[in-house]
Amino acid sequence: MILVNQAIQGILLGGYYALIACGLSFMFSVMRIINLAHGSLAILAAYALYALADRFDVSPFLGLLVVAPAMALIGWALQRTVLERSARSGPLAPVLATFGLAIIIDNLLFQQFGADTRSLAPYIGDLSYDSWDITDDIAIGKLAALTMATAIVLLGGIQLFLKRTQLGRMIRATAEDSDTVGLVGVNARRVNALAAAIAMATVAISGAFLAMRATFGPYAGAQQLIFAFEATVIGGAGSLWGTLIGGVVLGVAQSLGASVSPQGFFVAGHLAFFGALFARLFFGDLGPRVRRAFARRAT
Amino acid sequence: MSARPVVEVERWTRESRLALIVAALAAVVLAFGPSLFDANVVDRLTTLFIYVILAVMWNALAGYCGLVSIGQQAFFGLGAYVAARLADFGLSVYPSLFVAALIVGVLSLPLSAIMLRLKGGEFAIGMWVASELAHLLVNLDTLVNGETGTSLIALNAYSADARRALTYWCALGAMAGLLTIVFFLLRSPLGAAIQAIRDDEEAAESVGVRVERAKRLIFVLAAFGAALAGALWVATAITFQPKTYFSPQWTAYMIFMALVGGLGTFEGAILGAVAFFAIEAWFGAAGVWYLVGLGATALVFALALPRGVWGWVEDRTALRLLPIGYRVNFNEAGSADRGGAAKSAAPDAP
Repeated sequence: MILVNQAIQGILLGGYYALIACGLSFMFSVMRIINLAHGSLAILAAYALYALADRFDVSPFLGLLVVAPAMALIGWALQRTVLERSARSGPLAPVLATFGLAIIIDNLLFQQFGADTRSLAPYIGDLSYDSWDITDDIAIGKLAALTMATAIVLLGGIQLFLKRTQLGRMIRATAEDSDTVGLVGVNARRVNALAAAIAMATVAISGAFLAMRATFGPYAGAQQLIFAFEATVIGGAGSLWGTLIGGVVLGVAQSLGASVSPQGFFVAGHLAFFGALFARLFFGDLGPRVRRAFARRAT
Repeated sequence: MSARPVVEVERWTRESRLALIVAALAAVVLAFGPSLFDANVVDRLTTLFIYVILAVMWNALAGYCGLVSIGQQAFFGLGAYVAARLADFGLSVYPSLFVAALIVGVLSLPLSAIMLRLKGGEFAIGMWVASELAHLLVNLDTLVNGETGTSLIALNAYSADARRALTYWCALGAMAGLLTIVFFLLRSPLGAAIQAIRDDEEAAESVGVRVERAKRLIFVLAAFGAALAGALWVATAITFQPKTYFSPQWTAYMIFMALVGGLGTFEGAILGAVAFFAIEAWFGAAGVWYLVGLGATALVFALALPRGVWGWVEDRTALRLLPIGYRVNFNEAGSADRGGAAKSAAPDAP
């Protein structure tokens, strides 16, 4: 029964990983850029929400109404000033540029907020600890459930947006071939900047949940980047539903690992990542196959 | 155009001969370091040599082979850890530094089989995950005992002066050896091959470059070099704390040095290491702002000057201090001009 509970907690934790991976996966699939400042930007959003809550008593959910658009603006600016420019000088420059950016953000946050860890938990009332007790051993935290629901809605919403809307089609076309879309009247630069803005808005949301469910410090970004990256790769890079599956696999692996030993939490997560890489090595990308299997079952 | 242009291909120029002689002389003078300089200078120089190793090895991996890794601290940390472990087993301290690097080099071989399947940014963070895993696994060792760490107690067998001199000579020897290996490797057909892979992997494969073999060799060499640097670092610092050694900060330093000095230029990495060494000495005390400055400098170089200071010099002058590639001089017949008008080409297959 305890194992079942561990698995359920792992699945719920996976919802958070899917949420933090959403922006990374989206940017990777659209712009072919892995943003090494991803985790640090999520922490930046978390600090922004914290500052709003601490100074002006704004609830984190209301705060997102300000912070998400602000992050979207940052995403737009980031694409225009850093990513676009660096992508022109080869595929390596964005990696180096965003790594530099991550160092800047982390240390400026440290300069501004100090080394103390913060949390948004005190600003969301009983949501932070309330849970539904299913049995004596199994309880589902309300915040964890909300995180999972948000991840599903966000990933599903983006998937729908990419499939069904004009802008979504433009984004997908630009991802396929940014030169050719120019011929049919799409401004590839604008589309990519919009995509970066959307990605950063999702980063703001993941930052909010990160800060509500746990504590964070100025240098917490690197760890979040690694979790997001692991979920993305396990789920098959560049697929949004795959990211949800990847997040859940990572969460369950960590949760079960933690029940073996205290260090097992991280070790099991990294092993799941390498297991996924290994599988990709020998069986090709599993993501599309799993999705096809699901699609067959659904029809 | 009455005179037929004469195309000359040359590798050794007057400047490069001079540069090599100066480098050899410098190495000879540095070999007498412990008796020439005072203790503080010897310690500082040891640090500088380790920085040069880090910069040159990361540059070989990323600048020449196109494999940007954010996880080289894995090998740095493992090198230090294995050295401490071997010393604990009773192996003499200084040989164990080199044996440790060899062991880590061998360990990196199976890792390369998985990691080299990843491309670009995926490889970069994948290596970071590998270093996190290595860190966690090292923490499980009872010698290290989690984040408590351990010390190279065996160094107590030497007096402070002997220790300083021996560590200095090990670092100098390691730096000179690795620079020589990388120098000859870049001049070899493999050097041309890895640069072809960096520029276009598929095209390189289509002209017969054995891509996997070449990448693996550089990967293992870079792992060996980083591990040697880590082992040398623990010999200077004496204490081994996993958190410090497996910190991505080391890779940040490597990136900074290679990027500022000149990504994909042999001289640039050395220049970058010297520049970083000086910057750290002057601004290191500024703490957070120093780190912000490092990040900002790396960002600006990645955006505006991706081939660094030395790349900028190379693009504007025909100056090549170390003969890695070939120069193609297009001369009018009879003209003896070999200087600024000479057009130099990128390294070709020898």
